[in-house]
Parts: sequence; structure tokens; C-alpha cells
Amino acid sequence: MHVVYPAVVSALLFSIGVYGVLARRNTILVLMSVELMLNAVNLNLVVFDVWLRDRLHSGQVLTLFVIVIAAAEVGLGLAIILALYRNRATVDLDRLRALAEFPVPSPEDADDHLPENATEETAGQASRASAATGPTRPPGRDDTPEATP
Amino acid sequence: MTDVPSYLSPTGQEIVFLLLGVVAVGAALLVVTTRQLVHAALWLVVCLGALAGCYLVLTAEFVAWVQVLIYVGAVVVLLLFGIMLTRAPIGRAADLDSRNRPVAAVVATATAIVLVTVVIDGFRTAYAPLEPGGGSAREIGSSVFRTWVLPFEVLSVLLLAALVGAIVLSRTDIRGRR
Amino acid sequence: MIAVTAAVILLPFLAAVAGLLGSRFPRGARGGAADLAANRRAALIAIVPAVLSMLLALWTAYVSLTGTGVSTGTLDVIPTGSLPISVGLLVDPLAASVAVLVTVVALAVQVYSVGYLAGDRRYPSYSAFISLFTSAMLLVVHAADLLVLYVGWEVMGLCSYLLIGHWWEDRANSRAAVKAFLVTRIGDVGFLFGIFVLGMAAGSFRIADVISQVPQMSSGTVVTATLLLLAGVAGKSAQVPLHTWLPDAMAGPTPISALIHAATMVAAGIFLVARLHPVFAGAGPTLDVLAVAAALGMLGAALAALAQDDLKRVLAYSTISQLAYMAGALAAGADGAAILHLITHGAFKALLFLCAGIVIHTVGSNLMSAMGGLRGRLPITFVTMTVGFAALMGLPPVSGFFSKDEVLVSMERALAAGPLTDAAALLLYGCALATVAVTGAYATRAWLRTFFGERRAVPLPESATPHTGLAKSATTPGFPESTTPHTDAPEPASPRAGLSELATPHTGPSVTAHTDSPEPTTPHTDLFGSAPSRTGGLREAPATMLWPVIVLAVPTLLLGFTGVGFAGAADVHWGTAALSVLLALLGAAVVYVVWRGAPLADPARVLGPFRVPLERAFYVDSLYRALFVLPVLHLARLVARTDDRVIDGAVRGSGRATLSLSGLVRLTQNGNAQLYVTAVLAGVLLLAVGAVVLG
Repeated sequence: MHVVYPAVVSALLFSIGVYGVLARRNTILVLMSVELMLNAVNLNLVVFDVWLRDRLHSGQVLTLFVIVIAAAEVGLGLAIILALYRNRATVDLDRLRALAEFPVPSPEDADDHLPENATEETAGQASRASAATGPTRPPGRDDTPEATP
Repeated sequence: MTDVPSYLSPTGQEIVFLLLGVVAVGAALLVVTTRQLVHAALWLVVCLGALAGCYLVLTAEFVAWVQVLIYVGAVVVLLLFGIMLTRAPIGRAADLDSRNRPVAAVVATATAIVLVTVVIDGFRTAYAPLEPGGGSAREIGSSVFRTWVLPFEVLSVLLLAALVGAIVLSRTDIRGRR
Repeated sequence: MIAVTAAVILLPFLAAVAGLLGSRFPRGARGGAADLAANRRAALIAIVPAVLSMLLALWTAYVSLTGTGVSTGTLDVIPTGSLPISVGLLVDPLAASVAVLVTVVALAVQVYSVGYLAGDRRYPSYSAFISLFTSAMLLVVHAADLLVLYVGWEVMGLCSYLLIGHWWEDRANSRAAVKAFLVTRIGDVGFLFGIFVLGMAAGSFRIADVISQVPQMSSGTVVTATLLLLAGVAGKSAQVPLHTWLPDAMAGPTPISALIHAATMVAAGIFLVARLHPVFAGAGPTLDVLAVAAALGMLGAALAALAQDDLKRVLAYSTISQLAYMAGALAAGADGAAILHLITHGAFKALLFLCAGIVIHTVGSNLMSAMGGLRGRLPITFVTMTVGFAALMGLPPVSGFFSKDEVLVSMERALAAGPLTDAAALLLYGCALATVAVTGAYATRAWLRTFFGERRAVPLPESATPHTGLAKSATTPGFPESTTPHTDAPEPASPRAGLSELATPHTGPSVTAHTDSPEPTTPHTDLFGSAPSRTGGLREAPATMLWPVIVLAVPTLLLGFTGVGFAGAADVHWGTAALSVLLALLGAAVVYVVWRGAPLADPARVLGPFRVPLERAFYVDSLYRALFVLPVLHLARLVARTDDRVIDGAVRGSGRATLSLSGLVRLTQNGNAQLYVTAVLAGVLLLAVGAVVLG
């Protein structure tokens, strides 16, 4: 078998995984895309193992290891996603802006998926704050600790 | 490797592999483009299964079965559980893609072009004759438990740690030390 | 010989160090009794070395004048890379006689100051500065190297600054000090560069080498160097156009005016020209400039002195005028005459200032309109001051007569032959003769206004309540008045003067003077240890102030007969002498006649409309203010504003620009992890492509 065929398939899979990681906003979908990338690597490993006729079968063994690690990664990743969902009530990546220096509200945040009690409380605070300081002040972000004094 | 068979007369294995590869790539594309979350998981099953077939064609039968068992059996089920637990919307959802999508498409396309170009350029003349039995359970088993036994054990510890970590993260009644 | 000279110089220096460091040692206590003890110790520290120094200087002068002539010694040579500086001393008749003048006047002033500044908190530093000044002046006099001379020159300027500002609590005094410092600094810049030009041209800074090299120099070099030196001379010796600091320098204590601003430091410029006279003799244009400046200075300053009401300012302008005489003599090529006049002037001007100090001390004001009729009250001062005024006018047989005669003769000779152009020589001689008359006039006016007529010191309307203005003027004897020229020309220049005008007609000589009332004399007692008597009216000053005056009066009287080795009674030129005495008496007679007409009024009133310009010294200060001070101030404000707006603005603006630019960059820092990963991957991709393409 020509090595080019599996190699090209692997490259395409990897690129698709990259697209998924970059373009999807649901964290579980991102996790799936990561799996795609891992599988692309696995395919490569197997092909090269066959091609090089490795006596130790390091390629295939490494593939097994990667599968195991991927399983562990998915387990942990899902646990993290669940914890995230519990705390922030969302699993959308582009809503998780705690890394920003000055978190600015994005226009699409007007309709938030917020926990019910939190929504009313913080929204009330924000409207009160904006009434106090004037109309130019942007409403505070609800998923960032700084914006809710 | 010295004389490379022509690309114009593919063998049967190559035809099967290419078909499986097309299925895998197409399923993967659907995974990252579908608008239904659950469908994405199911397309992932198709993709991973096609890949398992690829492994079989490539004589790595043990890896193929492990792929089916762990990936298709365990990982995807886990993912489905995750979808369920995060109360993701069932059915078509309009906002599965972020606003980053055009940039992501550009970067992914560029990655594909670069990788494919490099791969074709590098492995144009590479040829791997397939011999059955190279990836049998016996071979891989002896390799794992002779040569790779220490990494194997380390991996088991890693798996244990991941297990514990997942439990700790998931349970709400375990609090961090204040 | 050189060792003795070094001792002459070093003794006051050590006294200065000891006085500064040791007066309050070891307790450093302040106030009351501790101050008095410190003052006593400081006086001892200052006077003993001054006496020793004077005795050694006298011995040196005796030896030098009677035989050995010039002797030099080099203590050390400092290699500088180009021209070495030789730290050396020089003793010749010129240096030795000026050194005697310096040490004698310095000693007199030190002794006088003990009484004058008794009880002053800063007396220890004051006396130490005088010692330091004495040392610096002696260094200038004895320096064998131009740069060593320059060191002394600058230290003198520093001491002058420190001592003018002795009562720096009054803002006018510190301003006067700064003005003196700045104006002399302008000249000193030129002076330093003049030294450099001379030293480079001669290949050495040693005065002897420089003088010997003059014939080899190009005339351009010599003229440049001497003109630059002349700037320093004009600054230090208060010659036109850098003379304006000297009248204001009268803000300092009167002994300082006597020592530094009349007798010695201001003479340093003249001394320098005399020292480098061979160099100047080779530069005709410089001598012309000097002659014109001297001519303008002597007549202008004398006229200004005629209109002043402040006794110390009269003497200050007279100093400028007399220094211009010396400069004129130097320009005429007679350095001997100039030095003779320097020495006699040093003696009689120090005498005049010290006497004026006694008068001011007693009356409590600088203004002559507050004096009068002191002849009977201060008999000793009256006699000595009369001697001083006679010397100033050049009346025989006082020393000033001989020296002024020499000067005039030298100027007359310059008409016929000499380095000066005819016009400059004519101007110089004409101005000198006119100045003789004016000098007679202003000296007579000051003499009459101070000692004759009726006492104008009058009681205040309510003598029981202290008058703030009066108390102030009694505390610091008249400085506020002395530094601000009176803009309103006629008599009432100060509140006190106005009162005197009102009170005079019906009070007369029998009233109790204001100094009798306890209130104004109380501050007096604070400043001067021995206050004027509270019961017996005005009385003579303490002995420490009287004795120096008497001692100085002796050389003022007799110096002319000894001749000091330059010229003397033997060669009096009777024609010129008669002319000058006649002119002086003419000036005096005019003033006397005017004064007889109205003894209470100021004889200067006959000047009519010219009085105000004269009192303001031809508005030179205002002119300088308009020409230099205000533009510089405007420029400074412009610079400050530029600094505030442009430079600080640039700094602040760059900060703001960076902030706003960073705001742009911060847009990418929006917390979206996907964007970050996208950027990272794009970067990796670019790197990979780059590696593939370029590699």
C-alpha cells in the first residue's frame, strides 16, 4: 500500500479536527474534534509502524497508549465541563471570558443562558448601577466577578 | 521501497482503504459541521468505525478492535452522557458555531494544504507491503508485555489518576481546602 | 621670604577655618549667653591671626621695598596635560605694598566689627568670612600664576556674596547679594577666557612668563586677551558698564562695605591691570576702551553721588568714581600712580566707611536727611571723617592730594604722548578735571549734611509707641532705604524724613532725639552690644569702633609723604596740583553757598530737574532691567512654559498615546480562548511554511 493514502487521510482528518476545535462553540463538540485529531495521529502511527516493519511494534503500541490516554482525557474533560456547567450554567466557549483584561460585554450577550435567580439579581443590580452612574456606563457582565460589585 | 508500484493500478486493499478513508473524512466533516449535537456524536461513531476498518486493512487488527471497543464503545458513550448532562438542546441548534468560524475555516484549510502538500511531497515514493499477522494480538501482546511493560504500568497509574480526578471534579460535595 | 608670604596668606585662611568650625565647639549651643561666648571666641580667632598677618606683611614690605626687589617661589607644579599650573607666590614692591593695605584694613575692620556686630548671632561666620576674604585677596596679590590668582579672585567674589547677604532675612539684602554675584560673574567669564587666551599664547600661566612672551604675541591675541580680562576687571572693580552692583552691595554691614566694596576687593581689578601692565601696554585699543569707560565712570558716578541721600550710597558712587581714576591712570600708562591712588584710596575710603558706620550706628539710619549737627556729638568721628573727606577731595596735605595729583599728571602727560588716542586722552583728562570739581561738591555736601546744621533727628509724635518702620530701620541700619532708590525726588524720601520735615520748625536743637526714647533703642541694643546712651543723647561709638578709625586716619593723613615707593611729596607737580585743588574748592564752595542759604535743606535741590536722573544714576539700572533682566525673565517664563507644555506634554502625551494604542492591542485580549488558539495555530502554520519555503 502506498503510504501517501493513509497519510493524506490522516492529514485531512487532522485539519478537520483543527477546524472543529477553532470553530465550534460547544465544549463537547470541541472535545469531539480533539478526538478526531488524536485519531489522525493514530492512523499515522499505525501506517508508519507497518511501513517501517518495526519489530517492537512501537507504533501500534503507542496507538494503544494514545487510545487509553484519550479515554482518560475524555473522562477528565467531561468532568471539567460538568463542573463548568454547574458554576457558569453554560458550556459555550466564547462566553467564558474570564481571561480578558477588561471584560467587555459582547452584543450577543443580551440574551444569556443564566441561572434563574442569578439573572434577576445581577440584572437588577446592573440596571441600578447604570441608573446611578448615567446611561453611558455599560451594563455589568454577569459571568465575571468584577462587573458585579 | 526501491521500486514503487504505479499509482494508476491500485490494489484491492488500496481501493478498500480509500473508500474507508473517504467515509472517515466525510463523517469527520459532518461531525464538525452538523447542527445537531447528538448527530455529531453519532457521526463520530461512523468516523471512528471507518478508521477501525482502515486499521484492519493496514493489518493492525488488535488496534482496530481496541479502537472499536474503547472509542466507539466507551468514549462516544461518555460524550453522549456529557451532552445529556449539560442539558444541551436536542434537535437543530443554530448556535453551535462560534463567530470565530471564518477564521477557523481559513486556518484549517491552510493547515490541510500545508500538511497534504508536505505529506505528498515526502511520501510519494514510500510503499508499505502489507503482510497479514503483523498486528495480531499475539504480536502486540508480546511487544507490550516485553518491551513496553514499564510505560504500560505508568499508563495504568495515569488512568487511575484521571479516574480519581474525574470523580473529584464531578462530585459537588467535595470542596477544596479553604 | 616666600615662606613668610605663604604664612601671611595662610594665617587668615586658618583663622577662617577655625572660626567656622570652632566658634561654637564643642557644645554647639545657641542663644543668649552661648552666642555671646561664641562671638568672643570668634573675635579672638579672627583678630589674632590678622595681627600676625599684618606684622608679617609689614616686614615683607619693608624688606621688599628696601632692597631685595622681586622674589618668587613655586610651591608645586600641577601637571594638567597641556599647560601646567605652577602654584607659586610672588613678592615684589607692588604686591607687598598692596598686601600691607589689605592686612591693615582687614585688621581695622575686624576690630571695628567686634563693636559693630556685637550681639549678632552670625558674627562667628561673619568674621570667618572676612578672614577668608583677606586670605583670598592676599592670594590674588601674591599669586605668581594666573590660575592661582583666579582662585583667589573667585573666592573673593564668593565672600563678597556671602557678606552682602549677611542680613539675608531682608529680601532686599539677599537680592543685592545675588545681583552683585551675577554681575561680577558676567565679567569673570570674560576674565577666565582672557587668562586662557594669554596662557595659551604664552605657553605658560606664570605671570612672569606671560609678560616676557608679550612681544612675541600677535597684536590681535593681546587685544583679545586684554579685552576679555578687562571684562573681569570691570566686573570686579565696578567700572562702567558693570558697575551697578556696587551701590546695591551697600546692603551689607558697613565694615564689609569698608573692607570689600571700597578698599580692597574692588581694587583687585585695578591691581590686576597693574600686575599685567606690560600686557595692557601692548594693546592700544584696550587702553582706549579702558580710558573711555573710566572717563564715563568717574564723572557719572561722581554726579550720581551728588544726588544720593543715603550716606553709604554716596560713598559707594564715590568709590566707583575713584576706581575710575585709577583705571584712567592705568589707561594713561601710569601704573605707579594708579597703585599709589589705590593704596591711599584704600586707606581713606575704609576710613570714610568706618566713620559712616559710626554715624549710621549712632543715628540709626542711612539717610543724610536724618543726620546733621553731629559735629558736637561725635567729635572724634567728625575729625577723622573730615580727614577722609579731605583726602577724597584731594586737598593738601592729606594723602589723597598726592595720589590724585599723580593720577592727574599722568593723564595730562597722556595728552601729549602715550598709548592712548588723542580723543580718548582728551576725554579722560577733561572728565578727570570735571570729576575733581564734582567730587569736591559731593564730599562737601555729605560733610555738611552729616555734621553741620541742626539736628534733624527728631522725636516721634508719640514717642511711647514703637513705630514699626522706625524700629525696623533702627534694627537693620537703613538697608531697606539703601537698596531702593528714592523715586520721589524731594526731601521726604522715607517716613522718618517726612516727619523730620514736619517737626523741624518748632523742635530745634533742644528736643530729645528719638534715640533717647526707650522704644526704638531696644532693638538697637539687641544688635549692638553697647547701645547709644539713653540719657545723654547721641554719643560716641564704643572703643573697638573708634580705635580703628583713628588708626586709619593716620595713614590717610601721612601716606602721601612716604610715597609708598611709587611717587611722593618730592615730585608734586604744582601746576596740576593747584588746578585740581582750585577745582575741588570751587565745587565745595558752590555747595557751601547753597547750603548757607538754607542749612536744613539738601544742597542737591539746586540740581533741579537733573536731580532724579542723578539719584537714579542715569537710569542705568532701569536700562539694564529693560534690556537684560526683563527679556531674560520672559525667556525664562517661556522656557518654563515650554517645559510645562511641550516637554511634559510630550511625556504625558506619549503616555496617553501608549495607553490608547494599547487599548487597540487589548481588543485582541478579549478572553476568547478559541481566538488565542487560532492565532497560535496560524503562527505555527506560518512558521512551518516559512521553514519549508525558506529551508
